Amino acid sequence: MTEEAVVPALEMRHISKTFPGVRALDDVSLTVMLGEVHALLGENGAGKSTLMKILAGAHPKDTGEILLNGKPVHIDSPQSAMELGISIIYQEFNLVPYLNAAENIFLGREPRAKIPSFVDFRKMYADAQAIIDRLGVKLNVRTPVNRLSVAQQQMVEIAKATSRKSRVIVMDEPSATLTEHELASLFTLIRQLQSEGVSIVYISHRLEEVFEIANRVTILRDGRWVATEKVADLDRDQIIRYMVGRELKDIIPKAPAAVKEPALRVVHLNRTGVLHDINLTVHCGEVLGLAGLVGAGRTEVARAIFGADPIDSGRIELFGKPVRIHSPESAIRHGIGLITEDRKAQGLILGMAVRENTTLANLAALSRFGFVCRAKEREAATKYVKDLRVRTPTIEQAVQNLSGGNQQKVVLAKWLFTKSKILLFDEPTRGIDVGAKTEIYQLINQLAAEGVAIIMISSELPEILGMSDRILVMHEGRIAGELSRAEATQEKIMHLATGGE
Amino acid sequence: MKERILRVLTDYGIVLMLIVLVVYFTISTPNHIFITPLNLINITHQIAINTILGIGMTFVIITAGIDLSVGSVLAYCGLVAADMVKHGLHIGGVTILPNTPVPLAVLEGLLGALVVGGFIGSLNGVVITKFKVNPFIATLAAMTIVRGFAFIYNNSYPISNLPNSFDKLGGGVGGRFMHIPYPVWVALLLVVISHFVLSRTRFGRQVYAVGGNEEASRLSGVNTNRVKLMVYIIMGVLAGLAGVLQAADVSSADPQAGLMYELNAIAAVVLGGSSLMGGRGTILGTLLGALVIGVLNNGLIMLGISDFYQQVWRGVVILFAVLLDQAKIALLARQRRVAE
Ligand SMILES: Nc1ncnc2c1ncn2[C@@H]1O[C@H](COP(=O)(O)OP(=O)(O)OP(=O)(O)O)[C@@H](O)[C@H]1O
Ligand SMILES: [Mg+2]
Repeated sequence: MTEEAVVPALEMRHISKTFPGVRALDDVSLTVMLGEVHALLGENGAGKSTLMKILAGAHPKDTGEILLNGKPVHIDSPQSAMELGISIIYQEFNLVPYLNAAENIFLGREPRAKIPSFVDFRKMYADAQAIIDRLGVKLNVRTPVNRLSVAQQQMVEIAKATSRKSRVIVMDEPSATLTEHELASLFTLIRQLQSEGVSIVYISHRLEEVFEIANRVTILRDGRWVATEKVADLDRDQIIRYMVGRELKDIIPKAPAAVKEPALRVVHLNRTGVLHDINLTVHCGEVLGLAGLVGAGRTEVARAIFGADPIDSGRIELFGKPVRIHSPESAIRHGIGLITEDRKAQGLILGMAVRENTTLANLAALSRFGFVCRAKEREAATKYVKDLRVRTPTIEQAVQNLSGGNQQKVVLAKWLFTKSKILLFDEPTRGIDVGAKTEIYQLINQLAAEGVAIIMISSELPEILGMSDRILVMHEGRIAGELSRAEATQEKIMHLATGGE
Repeated sequence: MKERILRVLTDYGIVLMLIVLVVYFTISTPNHIFITPLNLINITHQIAINTILGIGMTFVIITAGIDLSVGSVLAYCGLVAADMVKHGLHIGGVTILPNTPVPLAVLEGLLGALVVGGFIGSLNGVVITKFKVNPFIATLAAMTIVRGFAFIYNNSYPISNLPNSFDKLGGGVGGRFMHIPYPVWVALLLVVISHFVLSRTRFGRQVYAVGGNEEASRLSGVNTNRVKLMVYIIMGVLAGLAGVLQAADVSSADPQAGLMYELNAIAAVVLGGSSLMGGRGTILGTLLGALVIGVLNNGLIMLGISDFYQQVWRGVVILFAVLLDQAKIALLARQRRVAE
């Protein structure tokens, strides 16, 4: 396929877009060929999602034009984009929580029954299950979406977008919530779509994926186009240089823990049907990695410790003393923090400002006689925005207007501000760009060095391997095994995670 | 330019509406009697109760809740107060403090009403938080139950012939300070306090947080149930207070008092820019909302518009204000589009 000879499937030319106080896109162009997987890269807040939302009709553009197969098209609503064969998997989920997976997949195009305006449910469930099975995910399509794990929800999103007849499919960080297993099925699916002539725009902060799946990349920086090149002509360092505009040491800096006294001990913890006899100990200054497949119960362990879910039996000890934690409030009072995996539903008050979100979990520290001291609050928020390099025009910006990665940083800011002694990180770098990721790793190390006990849940094996002093692997609600930092390898983790002996 | 006008219209819509109404009624009432100090004081007197209820309702609505029982609570608490003023402090037939001297009896009545109001509010709160009943349904039930008890209280008779010192609380003869009726002072004081509570305190912040995203708030250590319980208690106490003021104003506690008051309070809150979806709203907005309703009612009466048409106009104004709010949201979205 010589690129000059054929008309591109999709062309976005000279697109600009300004939000109040933010120039999100400045004269950005993107060309995607037929059957191409085109990676779109850039730091948090570079404008990737905005560009794709314009393509999908979710945001109007200020200037520029869009061509499909060489013909200019007018996209002014999500419907018109859909009619033109453009599907998008948004970075933030767009599922209807109380509908089940099948209803979500077929929302708005339910198969008709013989009786007019009735839905052929049997066909709908059968078709939906077939789509889901093809993706290699284990889930019953009759389960309401709000009872699915984040990764399962993501797979439902993918099923929804790919089951439509589309010419162009945009995937905005589809892999952020997936584990290796689901990722593999996603890639199989992408290759299949590609062979059917579908063009794919793939956004991710995991560069390994880009090298594996993409043909070409376009890189944005600060809302501007930086480069478009064949993946084969690039290496990792070059891509990072394009993205951040400077050299970056891309190693996970790990200072091994000087292990001290136990901070948190979980003994025989049970939650019927979810968790079975969980025993674990984290020491001050230690990073304990929690690995496992999606649905293995890692998040549930964190939630149980944090008092977010009730437990049926078992006990929790803090610094050698048994404690009763029956609510997140009491967990926080005992010095435990939980960085949740689903920032939109559980991490943030989207309509509130960066400032208010940052301080929400520790308002007491800023209050006297119940009154919040505004100066102190602004100072705290400003500090964390600076420390974590949150890209926002001001601390008064509503977090819903931040890019996904920057929202994640606000969640981190909130928990750093609680100054907890035990921190449970559930997918802390989800959606965070390479540069910022290194910063977060450094931050975790620094916290550990200060004596904070850390449990880190992550589906990215290199992250788990690089950051943890010890690794527990979970399988179907049980702890399947423990690996020391020295003995842990990807293979050993996967072996335990899939239930191997 | 057009954008500008729209912007001003939507940002200050409720203020503009108030100004337009005041100007219009001033011009069109005979001898401009609308704008006389006496009438203006009258208006504030008339809206005092709705403002007090609106304050409580603002708390409730910001948490994405609603309280339909306030009219009934108002009536019931008015009866409780009147009864205690007349017959001393007693609970369920057991007299605790009989025949207290009048000034003390008035205090007893007032406290009794506040406690009973707060108690009913806490029942609402418990039903909503512990039993997870939808607030609309829970308070709808409370509305009819409490109204029923109000009729049962004195065999559906009002309690009248209340001592003069009680009546003064209502702002009638002798019940004024610097020409302004007591209920207006009370409402003003509450506006100031609650404004600071909502905008400056930890509790206030938590009220917004719960309405914005309950689960995220819970996981941030906010005791969401306690926050919700508190707002219903605040609402109940304020409804009890309103009941006292109302009974004092007309010198009679009537089981039929406060019919539809919940809807007026909700209207004031929504006119003031609060979102029924929660997370958004201010006390000052609610005050403006109550003023608009009060000015409208008063002006229409001054103009001699029939009662039926008054109702129509009230509805039109509410609809208009809410449309303005929608326009504001749409405008914000468009600003993104044409930004710069
Ligand atoms: N609705 C909005 N209102 C105001 N600013 C916005 C809005 N949406 C995005 N922005 C801003 O536009 C810029 C680009 O955001 P965008 O979401 O496109 O980034 P991104 O490249 O997708 O980043 P990430 O990797 O973190 O997802 C950011 O600075 C963001 O804060
Ligand atoms: Mg994005």
